[in-house]
Amino acid sequence: MGDITFLILKRLGFGLMTLLIVSIVIFFAVELLPGDIAETVLGQAATAETVEAFRNKIGLNRPAFVRYFEWLSGAVTGDFGVSLVTDNPVGNAIAERLSNTLFLATYAAVIAVPVAIFLGILVALLRNTIFDRLTNIATLASISSPEFFVAYILIIYLSVKTGFFPPIANLSGNMSFPELLTRTFLPALTLVLVTTAHMMRMTRAAIINLLAEPYIEMARMKGVSRWKVIVRHTLPNAWAPIITVVALNMAYLITGVVLVEVVFVYPGIGQLLVDAVSKRDFPIVQACCLIFAATFILLNLAADVGAILSNPRLRNPK
Amino acid sequence: MSIENKTEFILEMRGLCVDGYSNEGWMPILKGIDLNLRRGEILGLIGESGAGKSTLGAAAMGYVRDGTRFASGSVNFDGIELTFATEAQKNALRGARIAYVAQSAAASFNPAHKLIDQHCEAPLQHRLRTKTAAQKDAIQLYEQLRLPNPKEIGFRYPHQVSGGQLQRAMTAMAMSCRPDLLIFDEPTTALDVTTQIDVLSAIRDIVRVYNTAAIYITHDLAVVAQMADRIKVLLRGKEIEEAPTRNMLLSPQEEYTKSLWAVRRFKSPSKPAPKEGEKSLVSLHNIHASYNKNDKIVDDVSFEIFKGMTVAVVGESGSGKSTIARVMTGLLPPDQGNVRRMDKPLPLHYKSRSREQLRQIQMIYQMADTALNPKIPVCEIIGRPAEFYSGLQGAELKGRVEELLELIELDPAEYYNRRPSELSGGQKQRIGIARALAADPEIIICDEITSALDQLVAEGILRLLDRLQRELNMTYMFITHDLATVRAIADFIVVMKDGKVIEKGTKEEVLRPPHHSYTELLLSSVPEMDPDWLSDLLKQRG
Repeated sequence: MGDITFLILKRLGFGLMTLLIVSIVIFFAVELLPGDIAETVLGQAATAETVEAFRNKIGLNRPAFVRYFEWLSGAVTGDFGVSLVTDNPVGNAIAERLSNTLFLATYAAVIAVPVAIFLGILVALLRNTIFDRLTNIATLASISSPEFFVAYILIIYLSVKTGFFPPIANLSGNMSFPELLTRTFLPALTLVLVTTAHMMRMTRAAIINLLAEPYIEMARMKGVSRWKVIVRHTLPNAWAPIITVVALNMAYLITGVVLVEVVFVYPGIGQLLVDAVSKRDFPIVQACCLIFAATFILLNLAADVGAILSNPRLRNPK
Repeated sequence: MSIENKTEFILEMRGLCVDGYSNEGWMPILKGIDLNLRRGEILGLIGESGAGKSTLGAAAMGYVRDGTRFASGSVNFDGIELTFATEAQKNALRGARIAYVAQSAAASFNPAHKLIDQHCEAPLQHRLRTKTAAQKDAIQLYEQLRLPNPKEIGFRYPHQVSGGQLQRAMTAMAMSCRPDLLIFDEPTTALDVTTQIDVLSAIRDIVRVYNTAAIYITHDLAVVAQMADRIKVLLRGKEIEEAPTRNMLLSPQEEYTKSLWAVRRFKSPSKPAPKEGEKSLVSLHNIHASYNKNDKIVDDVSFEIFKGMTVAVVGESGSGKSTIARVMTGLLPPDQGNVRRMDKPLPLHYKSRSREQLRQIQMIYQMADTALNPKIPVCEIIGRPAEFYSGLQGAELKGRVEELLELIELDPAEYYNRRPSELSGGQKQRIGIARALAADPEIIICDEITSALDQLVAEGILRLLDRLQRELNMTYMFITHDLATVRAIADFIVVMKDGKVIEKGTKEEVLRPPHHSYTELLLSSVPEMDPDWLSDLLKQRG
């Protein structure tokens, strides 16, 4: 077990290093944006004095690296500074939006991951049949259409024409859980449709890749049925690539949902980011980017650890 | 549909044809095989690779691999016609009444499950035993197959168990439902000779105890002589002849069988010993080497190689013999010790060696398949080192490549532009030899170069190397686990075990009694073409 703990700690260390580098990139990328932040935020009507006062207030006159370290030390303790537009702490603004996004991501993942893996197994079993080809075409179609397009199609058919689900996923504090699930069903379904194909195809490929292994032939020579051959003998050895692609899709569900949130007017972190960019509210932009980066790194780390744990050689050393 | 027709035979094949799909469409693999097997009888199937032995073994289970199909003929197992049977009917037989033991146990056990779970799969699948009963039975079989710690070993994963033990565990697994028929597909080919003995005797005892009929597939005549009651010889999908084992060994009728029997008669004539005071071409001095600090692979190894001689480094897998080759070529700098050429130290890391020093030592590898780039034509594979080391260009280079192809007995006109995928195993290995020769080396290291080849082909390679040695005064270091190869070609022998040199000397010194006890064990473990060899040996060893 010592080896695995060491491996995980090593990966964790690399993850933190990456995050540090990303934080530098984010901070200075925002610095490099053209135009003066104070002027942009205050608008064209601002006088020279108010601009100067604003610059002093948010510390723009001090060297960038000093501000970077202040920002970084704040971020480590969860303090991302104050919104330039509302004067509220960034942390508060983000917390609610992030939890909304995480909810939607979980909702979509809980449906998409089991469905994708089950379908992947099924098409691997029925490979090169009509069912396999049709599933292939359907999933390819859904993966190739832009998600806003998928979203509008769903709105037309499941909302406008039939009225099953509300077309807009606005939230209010006192909704019951079933109502919450109904309200957010269409955005969740959109995300399911755009992520399932990727995971399903990887599951299919990972399984088919292993079917030429001698232990698969051995299992068939023992009279094990085709379904059990796949589930019992192939799947346990196919987890590593499947876990990786699941983690990548989870990261996408958190960081890549801006368009879906905009279409359904869902108050998630993606919307917040878009608003903040258009208002030049840089503390929020920086915080969002850092959270996105951390999500990616964390999920990749989880995928690595999952892949390691799924390998019996590493789990049970000699 | 199944045709019920009980006979005295457990398995009958009539005119069996199996086709395989290739670029040219469906081509026959088996061309009309007849086969009868009585209950409790062991039939040895022998032939070179491509003879269709494995296909025949699988067909006995009604199984055709992907890309193959039954074309005509019948396979009748105890009154059930397998070529007509549905998948469900065949699944009911497989594992329960017909079981399979594959060549590589390491690859044929699922790495994700414990041995005993894989063992119990068939009895549970076929509802023959409860899980507890199946586990108890597994432990009993492990005991009968003389596995160490029979109570505990099943609860390990495949990678935690050695190759010889895995092979016995697989035999135990095949016995789990007490089948009527066992198919052994080269079960000991991947094992060391000393391990092979344990597995062979364990297999032989268990099929006798349970009176199980078996088909034993192998390319090794000496092995089949120990195991089989009858032997059937196959060549390119056709039966050459069949006879009871003793008759077959004493008086093979067909030319092809005789040529198989005559193989291994090749012996390189001995060469004059190096003169007193002659400097060795390459020498190793107190080499210690490891891949990580805690795990020493080579432990204080020293020996010398003289010009024009063949030194054979012999040992079982894990003895460190391939590591020695890596040290000599500079791929793995040793922890201690040095490598000398004509008594001058060579830099230990290949990156510090000059091009001239690199040229002097070349290698040929075991798996020609993986050592040759399949996308590159032969002329480039051989031309590249000739160009790199000798700076040849254009017509000169072409001439040199053609000369090399002639040296390895391949017609330049035909083979110059071929790719490795268009060559047979033996031809690929010849290209490997030509590639090494292209550098015009002083010494060639041959790492198990014949162990993946059929015996007839391997013998051809040994003859070629011997001829080249005489013509070019070439020096070889031959790494092998096969003592027959050593007998055929070596002048000097270095015996290794667990990274140490156990014994070294001229061939006569090492092979003539009295032997060192480990050398004796190795020598006596090489199967002989005498059906009583295994029984006598086991009696001797007690």
